[in-house]
Amino acid sequence: MKKENKMQVELEISNIYKSFGTVQANKAISLQFEKGKIHAILGENGAGKTTLMNILYGLYQPDQGIIYFRGNPIQFSSPRDAIRNGIGMVHQHFMLASELTVLENVIAGQEPSRLGFDIDYRTAKEKIRAISSQFGLDVEPDVKINDLSVGVQQRVEILKLLYRDARILILDEPTSVLTPQEITNLFQVLKSLSSKGRTIIFITHKLKEVMAIADHITVLRNGELVTSTSPLLVNEQELAALMVGRNVELSVSKSKAILGDVMLEIQNLEVLDDRMNVAIDNLSLSVRSGEILGIAGVQGNGQTELVEAVTGLRSILFGHVMINKIETTNLPRRQIIELGIGHVPEDRQRDGLILSSPVSINMMLCSYYQNPFTKRFILQEDIILKEARKRADDFDVRTTDVRNPANILSGGNQQKVIIAREFSRPLKLLVASQPTRGLDVGSIEYVHRQIIKKRDAGTAVLLVSTELDEIMAISDRIAVIYRGKIQAILDTKNSIREKIGMLMAGVIPEDITHMDRNNKKRQ
Amino acid sequence: MKKNLLLPSEKGTVVPKKMKIIDYWKSVRLPILAFLAALLAGAVLIVLTDLKFYALFKKTFSQISTTQVIIAITSIALIALSVWLGVSKWVKNLLEKKGVTKRLSVSLRVFTPIIGFIISIFLLRLSGFSDIIDAALNITYISYHSLLEGSLGNIVDIMAAFHSGNIQQITESLNPISESLVAAAPYIFGGLSVAVALRCGIFNIGTEGQIFMGALASVIVGYSIKGLPPLIHIPLAMLAGALAGAFWAFIPAILKTKFGSNEVINTIMLNYIAFSLVDFLLTGPIRRPDQSIPFSPYIEISAELPRLLPYPSRFHIGFLIAVGIAILIYWFLFRTPAGLEIRLVGQNPNASRYAGINIKNKYLLAFLISGAMGGLAGANEVLGVSHYLSGTISPGYGFDSISLAILGNNHPIGVIFTALLFGILRNGSTHMQNIARVPVEIITVVQSLVIVFIAAPTIIQTLFRLKGKGKSEQLIVTRGWGK
Repeated sequence: MKKENKMQVELEISNIYKSFGTVQANKAISLQFEKGKIHAILGENGAGKTTLMNILYGLYQPDQGIIYFRGNPIQFSSPRDAIRNGIGMVHQHFMLASELTVLENVIAGQEPSRLGFDIDYRTAKEKIRAISSQFGLDVEPDVKINDLSVGVQQRVEILKLLYRDARILILDEPTSVLTPQEITNLFQVLKSLSSKGRTIIFITHKLKEVMAIADHITVLRNGELVTSTSPLLVNEQELAALMVGRNVELSVSKSKAILGDVMLEIQNLEVLDDRMNVAIDNLSLSVRSGEILGIAGVQGNGQTELVEAVTGLRSILFGHVMINKIETTNLPRRQIIELGIGHVPEDRQRDGLILSSPVSINMMLCSYYQNPFTKRFILQEDIILKEARKRADDFDVRTTDVRNPANILSGGNQQKVIIAREFSRPLKLLVASQPTRGLDVGSIEYVHRQIIKKRDAGTAVLLVSTELDEIMAISDRIAVIYRGKIQAILDTKNSIREKIGMLMAGVIPEDITHMDRNNKKRQ
Repeated sequence: MKKNLLLPSEKGTVVPKKMKIIDYWKSVRLPILAFLAALLAGAVLIVLTDLKFYALFKKTFSQISTTQVIIAITSIALIALSVWLGVSKWVKNLLEKKGVTKRLSVSLRVFTPIIGFIISIFLLRLSGFSDIIDAALNITYISYHSLLEGSLGNIVDIMAAFHSGNIQQITESLNPISESLVAAAPYIFGGLSVAVALRCGIFNIGTEGQIFMGALASVIVGYSIKGLPPLIHIPLAMLAGALAGAFWAFIPAILKTKFGSNEVINTIMLNYIAFSLVDFLLTGPIRRPDQSIPFSPYIEISAELPRLLPYPSRFHIGFLIAVGIAILIYWFLFRTPAGLEIRLVGQNPNASRYAGINIKNKYLLAFLISGAMGGLAGANEVLGVSHYLSGTISPGYGFDSISLAILGNNHPIGVIFTALLFGILRNGSTHMQNIARVPVEIITVVQSLVIVFIAAPTIIQTLFRLKGKGKSEQLIVTRGWGK
C-alpha cells in the first residue's frame, strides 16, 4: 500500500501500542516525520518518549501498529535493521570506546578495506573529513575520545551515524549533558543537517530548546499523544501545561531575602582535582543565612571540587572553610553533616543513592545510626520504616512501599528521596549541586520550591548549576566561577544574562565592573 | 512509567503486604535450580568418563547396522529440535502472534523438550540401544546413590540400628551424617569469611591462607601451653586462630586502604606465603620431636574441642560454634549500624562516602572479620579433628568457600545451608569413589558448574523459564577488580 507523498514523509507510525507488564507505555500513537525537518518529541520523564524511539530504532517491537518507511510498511526486529534503513540514534549515554581515537570509533564495524583484512585508514580519514566539512562537524580524527569534551564526543556520535549514511537521526535528550555554548553549537549542526535533507527526531523535556529549534512539536503524556503542532502556534507556558497536564509556574515566585549571619565563609581556598592540578585557586566567598548564592559557570571550572571541599569530601590544600563560625577545614564528612549541612550531589545515582538498597535506608542515610533509629547498637527497623514513610509522605515520594529498592523509582522520585533525606534535618547550610539535572518540568518546579522554602526558613543555600536559567531563576546573588576563581559576584536583580555569559567565558572582571559603574552612573 | 500508574492514595503510607512463601522461594530458587542443573551435568560427565560404559559403547558400535545409525541420528536430532523449540524466542513470538494464551504457550514450550526426549529414548530402546541406555542410567544411579550413602548413611542400616537399640550400632550407622557435619564446620567458617568480605565489596581470595595461619596459631597455643583447664585453653586457642587469621587479612586490608592496591592479587599472593610459612615451620621449628615427618606435635587434651557423640563419631562442638557464629554475623550485618554500613559500602562506595561513612574503616573492619572467620576455620580443624598441624590441614576449604558463599547469596544463614551441602558432597564423594569408581574430582566439577550457572543466571532462567527477578538475582558479586 503505497502512500501519497505530498510533503515527502520519511517515516510514519500509525496507531502504535506498547505495554510493559501492566504499564501502557505507548497508546495509539500516530505520527509523521517529514524529510529535512527537525521534529521535537516533548514529554515528562515516563511519558513514553524513549519507548517510542526505541520502537523506531528496532530495540522494541510494538504490540500493535505499523511503521511506514518512505510509504512502505516495515518491521525492524533489531537496531541493525534500523541502521540498514538509514535510521540512527544518539543515546543519552554515549556509546564510545574512550581509549580509542575518533577515527577508530567512527569506523568501528564498517572499516574500509583494500585487501579484505586490513583497515584503509587513509580512505576512512578522507571520508570523515568530507562529512565533517559538509555538515560543519569540526572533529580531529586522530584524537582519543578521552581527551574530548562532552560536546565534542556527542559530535563524534553524530559523525558515526553520518558515516553510516543515516537519513533519520534520533537524538535522545542530547542537551542534558551540554553547556550553553555546546548547545548552541549542537543546534547549528542540527540546522545544517536538516537543511541538507536529513530528518531529525529530537527527544527532550526542555521547552526553550524546542521553541528555539524544532520545526514540529509533538507532546506526549502518559504514553498518549497530546498534541502535534508547530512552534509558531504555541508558547512555552502552553507547552508546559500540555506536558504536565496542569498549569505550571515556569518562574518561581519568591519573596525578598531576609539576610542573617554569615553561615558559610570560604577564605583563600586552594584544592586539587583528581589529576593533581589546581582546581580551586585562592577562592573566597561567603553565604549568609536566608540567601541563595548561585555559582554559575561552564562545567569543569572547579564547581565539583568546590562543593566537595566545602562538604568534606575532598581535602583542602590551603585556606579555610567555616560553617556557622566553626572551622570545618578537612573535618571528617560525618562531622560536617552533623553540623547541619545538607548536600544534594550532582550525580544522584552514583553519589546520592544506593540504588539496590531500599528507599527507606536511602532516606535515612544521614541519621540511621543516631537515636532513636539505633538504640544500644541495634538498628530499630520499625522506627526507621515509620520515619521513612513519614518522609515519603511529606515530600511526595511516590512508591508503593518504602522497602522497594530505589532503582525502580523514576528520576524525579529519586531526586525527591534525596531531598527528603537532606531537607528533613534542621539545616544551617544547603549545598545543592545540579539539583534539577535530568528532571522534568514538574519536578524542577518542585525542587526549586523546596529550595526556596529552606531559604525562607533561614538556611544559607549554595546552589551550583551549569544551567544559567536555573541560577537566574532562584538565586539572590550570582558568583561566576572560571578556572577555579570567582570572576565576579553580582546581584541577581541587576545582572544581565549576556554579562554573566561573558564572565563564564572568562572575560576579565575589571571590564565588567567598569560597565557596572557606568550603568550605575547612568541610573 | 511507574509513576503515572500510581493513584494519590498509593504513597508511602500504604502498609505493604507481608512476604509470602513464593517470595522466599523466589529468593532461593536460583541457587537450588543451579545446583540441580549442575548435578545433571555431573551425571552426563560421570557416564561419559566411565570405563565400563565406554567399553559397552565401543562394542555396540562395532556391530551397528545402517538403520540403527539413522535412528540414532534422528533421535539425537529430535532431542536437539525439541529443546530448540522449547527455548527459542522465535517460537515464543510465533505462538504469541497466533493468539495462544500465555499459560498454554509456556506449558507447550516446557513439555516439548520433555516429550522429544521421551520419544527419542523410546526410539533408541526399540532399535537395540537399550543396553547403553540402561548402563548410563545405572552408572548415574550407583554414583549418586553411593554419594548419598556416604554422606547421609544407609537408611536400612539406620533403621536396623534403631531397632536393635544398641548405642554403638546407632552411632556407627549415623557416622556418615556426623562426618558430613564435621566437614561442614570449616565450610561455614570459610563461607562466612568470603561472604562478609563480599558484602563489603571486597573479594577475599585469601581465606585459604587465613585458614593455614589460624591453624598454625591455634596449634602452637594448643601444644605449647600446658596445664590450663579446657574452659580457658579452648577459647584461648580459638582466639589465637582468629587473631592470626585477622592479622593475615589485615595486610591486604592496609595495602588496599592506604595504598589502593588490589586485594584480589594481594590475598592470592599471601596464600602462597602462608603455605610456605607453614611448610617451613613444620620441617623445622614446630616439627614433632624425634620424627622425620613434617607434622606438628599433638595439642594438649585440654585444648581439644570436645566430641559430642561416642566413638567412632568425630562430631565435635565446632559445628555448633560455627552455626552460632553464623547467626551472630547475621545479626551483626543486618541489625547493627556497622553491619548496615558494611553492606552499604559494598553496594555503592561513592554514595556511602557521601552519606558520611568512613569507607576505609569499613573495608578494614570487613577484612578483619573475614580473616578472623578464616582463622577460626583453621582452628576448628586442628582443635576439633586432626589435633595436630600438617601441610594438608585444609583440602581447599578456603577456595571452595568462595563458591559456597556465592551460592548462599552471601547471607550468613544461606552459608550454613550451602556449607552443609558442600560438607555432604565432600564427605560422600570419597564413598562414591570407593563404590562407583567415580573420581572425587567430579564433585569439584559439579561445585564449579554451580557457580557458572549462578554467575550466568540467564542459563538457568532460560532452562527453567523463570520470570521476574527474585531477591538473589540482584546480588552484586563484586564491583570490578580492585578499588
